[in-house]
Amino acid sequence: MEELNNLMHGFSVALTLPNLGFMVLGITLGILIGVLPGLGGANGIAILLPLTFSMDQTSAIIMLSCIYWGALFGGAITSILFNIPGEPWSVATTFDGFPMAQQGRAGAALTAAFTSSFVGAFFAVLLITFLAPLVAKFALKFGAAEMFAVQMLTFCSFVGMSKEPPAKTLAVMALGFAMAAVGMDTVTGTLRMTFGYPELLKGFDFLIAVIGLFGIGEILLTMEEGLAFKGKSAKIQLNVVLQTWKELLRYWRTSLRSVLVGCWMGVTPGGATPASFMAYGLARRGAKDKDTFGKGNIEGVVAPETAAHAAGTSALLPMLTLGIPGSPTAAVLLGGLLIWGLQPGPLLFTEKPDFVWGLIASMYLGNIVGLIVVLTTVPWWAAILRIPFSVIGPVIIVICAIGAYTVHSSIFDVVMMLVFGVFGYLFKKLRYPLAPLVLALVLGDMAESSFRQSMLLSQGSLDIFWANPLVAGLMLLSFTMLLWPIVPALKHYLRGRG
Amino acid sequence: MTKFGKWAGRALVTAIATIGLTGVAQAWEPTKPVEFVVPAGTGGGADQMARFIQGIVAKNKLMAQPLVVVNKSGGAGAEGFLEVKGAKGDPHKIIITLSNLFTTPLATGVPFNWRDLTPGAMLALDQFVLWVNADAPYKTAKDYVEAVKSKPANTFKMAGTGSKQEDQIITAMIDKATGKKMTYVPFKGGGDVAVQLVGAHVDSTVNNPIEAEAHWRGGKLRPLCIMDSEKLPYNEKVTATQSWGDIPTCKSAGVPVEYLMLRGIFLAPGVTQDQVDFYVNLFKKVRETPDWAEFMKKGAFKQTFMTGKEFSDWLGKTEAMHYGLMKEAGFLAK
Repeated sequence: MEELNNLMHGFSVALTLPNLGFMVLGITLGILIGVLPGLGGANGIAILLPLTFSMDQTSAIIMLSCIYWGALFGGAITSILFNIPGEPWSVATTFDGFPMAQQGRAGAALTAAFTSSFVGAFFAVLLITFLAPLVAKFALKFGAAEMFAVQMLTFCSFVGMSKEPPAKTLAVMALGFAMAAVGMDTVTGTLRMTFGYPELLKGFDFLIAVIGLFGIGEILLTMEEGLAFKGKSAKIQLNVVLQTWKELLRYWRTSLRSVLVGCWMGVTPGGATPASFMAYGLARRGAKDKDTFGKGNIEGVVAPETAAHAAGTSALLPMLTLGIPGSPTAAVLLGGLLIWGLQPGPLLFTEKPDFVWGLIASMYLGNIVGLIVVLTTVPWWAAILRIPFSVIGPVIIVICAIGAYTVHSSIFDVVMMLVFGVFGYLFKKLRYPLAPLVLALVLGDMAESSFRQSMLLSQGSLDIFWANPLVAGLMLLSFTMLLWPIVPALKHYLRGRG
Repeated sequence: MTKFGKWAGRALVTAIATIGLTGVAQAWEPTKPVEFVVPAGTGGGADQMARFIQGIVAKNKLMAQPLVVVNKSGGAGAEGFLEVKGAKGDPHKIIITLSNLFTTPLATGVPFNWRDLTPGAMLALDQFVLWVNADAPYKTAKDYVEAVKSKPANTFKMAGTGSKQEDQIITAMIDKATGKKMTYVPFKGGGDVAVQLVGAHVDSTVNNPIEAEAHWRGGKLRPLCIMDSEKLPYNEKVTATQSWGDIPTCKSAGVPVEYLMLRGIFLAPGVTQDQVDFYVNLFKKVRETPDWAEFMKKGAFKQTFMTGKEFSDWLGKTEAMHYGLMKEAGFLAK
C-alpha cells in the first residue's frame, strides 16, 4: 500500500497549525465567494492567487484548494434560499431545494446539500488517492466522439424530466440551443448571429442567464405575490442537522449512484454542471414517487449536490496528471501551479511528491473542516429568510447585479440579466419549464463543437459514434435513456391490443 | 572668490540634481489598479503569461498599484481588443496580445487593427513545434512528410487551437509544403490539443513548447521540428537524451515553414509617451527577474524585446505577412 504511506506523509505535510489556519480561512472565504453569484470559485481564486506568491508553496495551494471547496459548498446556499444558483452546478439544486425552503424546510435542505457535497467530494478524493494513474489513462481515451457521447447521455438522461407538455419543453430547449450558438463559431472561426453588435461577440453567458431567469424572475414573482417569502414562518431548530442525517441514510442508493456519475464526469472531463443535471435526472427516474420531484423532494437536493462535488473534486485529477483543467476553477489553479514552477503532467506525482500528497491530504482535511464550518452555520443561513422581503429583496437584486457584472466586467451584462429576469417571470407565468433551456445553453456549445470535431475526424461519417466499444456503449446507453419513458406506454399499448 | 565659486558650483550641481530628481518623481505612475486584459480564455498561453507577470509584479513590488488580470475572450479575442480600443486615453488598461491581434480582424471582419492601439513592448516570441505521438513510427520530420505525401489527401489529422488562427495558418503552410491537405480539427485550448495527441485521436499538432513540455518529458509526445530559422538556444536536457536545442528546424527537415507568435503589450489609444514609458520600464524590470528567465527557459521562448519604432515596423511587417498567408488559405472574411 504505497499510496497509504504517501498519504500519511501528505498528512504530516498538511497538518501543521498554520496550515490548519489557512484551511479555515480558505473555507470561509470560499463560502463567501460561493454565496455571491457570478463571483464564483474561478474569479475568487484568480483574485486571491497573487496574494499567495509570498507564501510557502504547500500552504498556498492548501488555502487555494480550500477556497475551491468553500465555493463549492457556498454555491448551494443561495440556490436553496433564494432560487439563485451561485455557481452553474447549483442550478439543479434549486429544483427541489428552493421549494423545500418555501415549505419552511430550509434547514433540512441546507443540511442535505452540505452533507451530500461532503460525501461526493470524499469519495472523489478516495478515487484520486488510490486510482490516480489508472484513471488518468482512462481520460486519454476521450476524443471528440466520446465527448459528444457523454453530452448526449446527459441530454438523454434529462429528457422527459419536466411535467410540462413536451412541446413546451422542446420549444425552450430549442431556444436554449439558439442562444448557445450566438457568438464565435469555434469550428469555422466566423461570427454567428451577432448582427454587427460587438456586445454579442461573447455570446450569452450561462451564468448571466441563470442569475436573471432564476434570481430576478423569482424576485418579480415574489413581488407579485405580496412581497413575502413563503419560508418566513420557518422554525429554526438547532437539531435540524441530526434529524436530516437520519433521513438521508435512506437515500444511500441515490448518493452512491450520484458519486459514480460525478467521479466519472469529473475525470472524463465532462464537468460538474452536466454531472449535477445527469444525477438529478437519474434520481428522478429511479424514484418511486416521481411526481414529488420539483416540489421539495430531499432526494432532488442530494443527487445533484453529491454529483457536482464528486465531479468538482475529481476534475482536479486530469489537471494534475494531464494538465487539462476539468473546470474553470481548476484552470486558474493550473495557472497557480505554473507560477510556483510546478508543471502539471504525468510526472508531477513522481517529481513533487511532497506537494501532490500534501494537496491530496489537504483535500481530506479541507472537506472535513468545511463540513464542520458550514453545518454549524445552517441555522444562521436559514434565519436569513426571516428578514422582511422589503429589506432582503433589494439586497438580492444588488448582489445579482454585482454577480452579473463580475462575470465579464461588463455593464451590458447587467442589462442582459434584467432582460433575462423578465423572461424568467414570463416563462413561469406561462408555465414554460426553465431547466431544459438552461441545460441546452450550458451544453449546447460543447455538444456542437464535439459533434463537428467528430465529423471532421471521420470525414462526415456517423460511423465514428460506434467505432469502438467505449463510444458505442455510451451511445447505446443514451438511446436507452431516451426511449425509457415510452416503454411503460408501449407496454400498456401492446397489452391493450392483446 | 574661489570659495564662493566653489559654493556656487556646488549649489548649481545640487539645483540641477534636484530638478533632475523631481523630474523623475514627476514621471507618470498609475493612480488606480491597472486592468490587464487577456484576449483569450483562462489557462491558455497568453493567460498563463499574464498571470505570471501579475505574480512577478506583486512579488517584487514593481508597481504601487495592483495589476488585475481580466479575461475577455469573446469572439476570438475581439471582445478584449474592442474594449481597449474603446478606452481612449485611459492609461490604466493594458492588453497582452497573441497572433489573434492580426488574425481575428482578418477572419471575422470585426473592426479593429493594431494601429487602433498604442504599441507598448514586445515581451517575447512564442515558438511552434511539430509534435507527433511518441508511439507513432515517424522519427523525423522527413519521415512524417513522406508519410503524408504517400497517402491520399485528408488522411492525416492535425489538431489545433481555434479556427483560422495561428495553428490553422501553420497547417495551411505545411499543406503547401507537402502538396497534400491535412484535416484540421479545431479545439478550444492548447492543453486540450496536446492531450488529444497523447490519446492518439489525431496524428500531429503544432503546440507551443510550454503546452506540450510535460508530455514530452513524460515520454508521450515526440517533437519533430521547430518552425523558426534557427534552433533554440536552450541546451539543458528536458528528457533523458534531448534538449530544446536538439530539435532541428523544419526548414532543414524539408518543410520550409517559419512562424513565430507575438507576446506583446499594447495600451489604449491616445495615451501619452510618459505613460507608455512607464509600462516599457515596468516590463524591462519584469524581464530582469530570475523568475522570468526561468519561465522563458521552461517555455522555450525566443527572448526578443522591442519597443518604439522598431516594434511598430515589426508589427506592420507581420500584419502584411498574415494578410498574405490568410488570403492564400482563403481565411479572409468576405
